Amino acid sequence: MFVLIIDYGSGNIKSVYNSIKRTLHNINKFSEVKVSRNLSEIEKADKIILPGVGSFDQCMNRIRKIKDLVETLKEQVITKKKPFLGICVGMQILADYGYENQKTRGLSWINGDVKPIKNFLNSTQNLKIPHMGWNSLSIYKRNNLFNDITANDQFYFVHSYFFDIKHKKNIICNTQHGINIPAIVNQDNIFGFQFHPEKSGRSGLKILHNWLKLSL
Amino acid sequence: MLSKRVIPCLDVHDGRTVKGINFVDLIDAGDPVEQAKLYNDLGADEICFLDISATNEGRKTLFDIVSKVAERCFIPLTVGGGIKNNVDINILLKSGADKVSINSAAVFRPSLIKEASDSFGCQCIVLAIDAYKDQSNHKSGYNVSTHGGKTKTDIDALEWAIEGEKNGAGEILLTSMNADGTKLGYDIELTSKISTEVSIPVIASGGAGKPIDMVNVLNKGNASAVLAASIFHFGIYSIENVKKEMLKYRIPVRNTW
Repeated sequence: MFVLIIDYGSGNIKSVYNSIKRTLHNINKFSEVKVSRNLSEIEKADKIILPGVGSFDQCMNRIRKIKDLVETLKEQVITKKKPFLGICVGMQILADYGYENQKTRGLSWINGDVKPIKNFLNSTQNLKIPHMGWNSLSIYKRNNLFNDITANDQFYFVHSYFFDIKHKKNIICNTQHGINIPAIVNQDNIFGFQFHPEKSGRSGLKILHNWLKLSL
Repeated sequence: MLSKRVIPCLDVHDGRTVKGINFVDLIDAGDPVEQAKLYNDLGADEICFLDISATNEGRKTLFDIVSKVAERCFIPLTVGGGIKNNVDINILLKSGADKVSINSAAVFRPSLIKEASDSFGCQCIVLAIDAYKDQSNHKSGYNVSTHGGKTKTDIDALEWAIEGEKNGAGEILLTSMNADGTKLGYDIELTSKISTEVSIPVIASGGAGKPIDMVNVLNKGNASAVLAASIFHFGIYSIENVKKEMLKYRIPVRNTW
């Protein structure tokens, strides 16, 4: 298996790399993980991960700046149906539009818009934004992604905007911070995690392990 | 529901972990990479490194430590101490830090928080405030100090926190210089004053002596997280002890045992 992490200049790529490397080692020691923005590497990859730290608009702009990246991703993920995982902002940009800093068009792979959490909270709730820290998941659709995951498992979130999903069928599970926030979204071979699995301790490594094994 | 976080802090001096009692008497408490791994395994929700090296050589060992920790610990890692500009931040984030905490440098150049937040995102910029009680302060009653508490300023701690949020800090690490090292409990009044006026999370720091201190500052001080050093380092209490005490008072925790 060859897992490619797309390097488009976003923050904590190293943590994503470290966690995938650790997880892959337990699945198949002949597997390989690489960080690259080279289009031919993306074409060779069996699985593609789009990490994300920063804002929606910044993230989209950086991706669009890399020549033919969006087209190559479309070809590999939408046409060829390669397993794809977007993390945090890497998940949010799957949306139609994002409203962080300015209205920005996303990839439109999963319908919905990315909106500020605070607009949906009432002031009596006295909740902190960013939604930062460990939270649990309410699972709607049990699948192999949740093997060995129990109600005790929590995941590390850090974000101020959330993916307001248009079609409920795309929500695999939610987390709660005043409102329901989609924590895992899915459309066919495309998955998105709002939390950071690479920062979610053993629980995060378990879910990465499960995602890596999904289509083996 | 979002869990309240328990964060052990490791003070690092030239590549070794130390904890100063009131930041003066340094006692060697070990190897930072090993300790971080241990805390990770024992259920820390985050790890905080505070670099107190005075020399460039000392600081360089920190990058190496951060990158070794990031290879072995899959929980958030905050690094602070001596950060002066975006170049410093970039090196730390590239080494594997998830957040950086900025203290004195922001006091001298308040635009630093905004520059850092614009470049790297607010989620990784922590404004560290070392606050001390000042009777001549008629606003919040607390002023900001710099250089690990050695230099006092006349900046009001609350106004400084509000300005920090406006400039794009994603979190505040609030240390009471009066409580720090005393083990007599956190400064609940200070924590509550700041936390109720800002909408970003506040980490309470300074004064932890026993698990009930954590419970009190989380419940009465409205903190989102608690940070402590010596009570964990010397094995007086474990992270599990603290979390179990929190659970007794119905504070949501990440169950790690």
